[in-house]
Amino acid sequence: MTTNEALVKYCLRLGDSSLILGQRMAAWCSNGPVLEEDIALSNIGLDLFGQARTMLTYVGEIEGKGRTENDLAFKRLEREFYNTLLSERPNGHFGDTVVRNLLHSAYTYHLYTALKDSSNETIAAFASKSLKEITYHLRHSAEWVVRLGDGTEESHNKAQVSLNEIWEYTDDLFTMNEVDDLLIKENVAVDLNNIKSLWSNTINEILERATLSRPEDSFMQAGSLNGMHSEVLGHLLAEMQFLPRAYPDANW
Amino acid sequence: MEDVKKLEAFQAKIDAEIKIEPKDWMPEDYRKHLQRQISQHAHSEIIGMQPEGNWLLRAPSLRAKVVLLAKIQDEAGHGLYLYSAAETLGKSRTEYLEELRTAKAKYSSIFNYPTLTWADMGAVGWLVDGAAIVNQVSLQRTSYGPYARGMVKICKEESFHQRQGYEIIADMARGSEAQKEMAQDALNRFWWPSIMMFGPHDSDSPNTGNAVKWKIKRATNDELRQSFIDKTVHQAEIIGLTIPDPDLKWNEAKGHYDFGKMDWDEFWRVVKGGGPCSKQRLKHYNDAHENGKWVREAAKAYSDKQLTKEKVA
Repeated sequence: MTTNEALVKYCLRLGDSSLILGQRMAAWCSNGPVLEEDIALSNIGLDLFGQARTMLTYVGEIEGKGRTENDLAFKRLEREFYNTLLSERPNGHFGDTVVRNLLHSAYTYHLYTALKDSSNETIAAFASKSLKEITYHLRHSAEWVVRLGDGTEESHNKAQVSLNEIWEYTDDLFTMNEVDDLLIKENVAVDLNNIKSLWSNTINEILERATLSRPEDSFMQAGSLNGMHSEVLGHLLAEMQFLPRAYPDANW
Repeated sequence: MEDVKKLEAFQAKIDAEIKIEPKDWMPEDYRKHLQRQISQHAHSEIIGMQPEGNWLLRAPSLRAKVVLLAKIQDEAGHGLYLYSAAETLGKSRTEYLEELRTAKAKYSSIFNYPTLTWADMGAVGWLVDGAAIVNQVSLQRTSYGPYARGMVKICKEESFHQRQGYEIIADMARGSEAQKEMAQDALNRFWWPSIMMFGPHDSDSPNTGNAVKWKIKRATNDELRQSFIDKTVHQAEIIGLTIPDPDLKWNEAKGHYDFGKMDWDEFWRVVKGGGPCSKQRLKHYNDAHENGKWVREAAKAYSDKQLTKEKVA
């Protein structure tokens, strides 16, 4: 694997995770619990789509196959996506969504903080800009997890179940392979073991405020590094990619 | 006697183009008219998120997706300003929304039509927002201060929405055969409901009377409709689409387009809840509200706990 091939894969992870989570957030449009939240949830989606566009455009440039951000978003198949397993988890109810977003945004928060110092200028600039947005996403989801956890008995129980059910997808965030080995040497990427301990501290702190219990690490899912996803991703892509696939020659 | 004097003073202000403000005296009918009109306008923004949201997850490019999402977000924001303006008339957002949920309040009938293809995102922006702008531009001069000021802000964003819609439909009209067909089909389906958005002919409009005298309404339904048609015909010509009205003809003497008869039976049927998506839209709103109940309760319970803690401390 060349450094460039590794870089393409690495940037696809970043771009795809933003794209897929953005698509999930967009599905909240007109479904929020109050109008202000509808706007907040869509806003998070908008930020994520912006991040995805930056990264996918960059991938198109460095891979040298003439693919655009749209080719990469709409013309790849399930096994060619490298988004985190967590980002594709379905929205479920509001509690499922904010718990998922807390776990994911705490991860990107620490990851982007570290990537600000990447030797790759595009990644460093991307991380720096995205961090401003992710800081808000983390605050938004953390505040909601605290409200739900320390709200009513019903909301507490719901949030705890959300957390228990999604927990097995968190380990996948920190898995690494030869892509990471290569890029860490070049100071492009960062060691995810370090990110994991920072993430863990943040999550513990929020869960404590939310009076929620951190689940045990028992069976943990993995696979995103090899494009091994849950069944849900295919459905998300089928919907998202419908028009460019149905009308391959059309420009929109 | 006192009321007569107050009414005279009120009318004098209106005639002098001085805005009526929330704490000013106003006739009860003026207040009621505005409560109805502004909340209906707010509800339209909120329900209007659905037909466009229908294509959000299927937008054909990333740019189209973010533009559409930003647009829908603007609409939610317009809903917020409008509910705030309506609240200055002494009724809470909760009360207005209760009227929406129980179908006591109406919203623009146009949103009871389905969005069947991506071209409908073009038609909605171009025609529906286009028609709304004509109305809203005129409402920037409405006599009630908070409503007029809200309209100024809303109009700025709406003109961007209209351009966004026109861009979608223009690209499709210049695209492949399939895209052209979708664009024409969208225009065919949305044209008549769009021009009926201005409401019944002036001669049949029950809400016009005092609204003109009180300068809530600055132009009549027919005037606004004519202005919309006059500017839209040319826009359709530029992109090679045909407006589905065989009677549409430039009238040199009047300096306006003549146009065919609108189907007022359909209009009233949809207003009364007989639109293709009437039940669906309201149910969607009510389901979201119902699904969010436990979340709102949790937020309230949490905030109460914090207040108690503060007091104890």
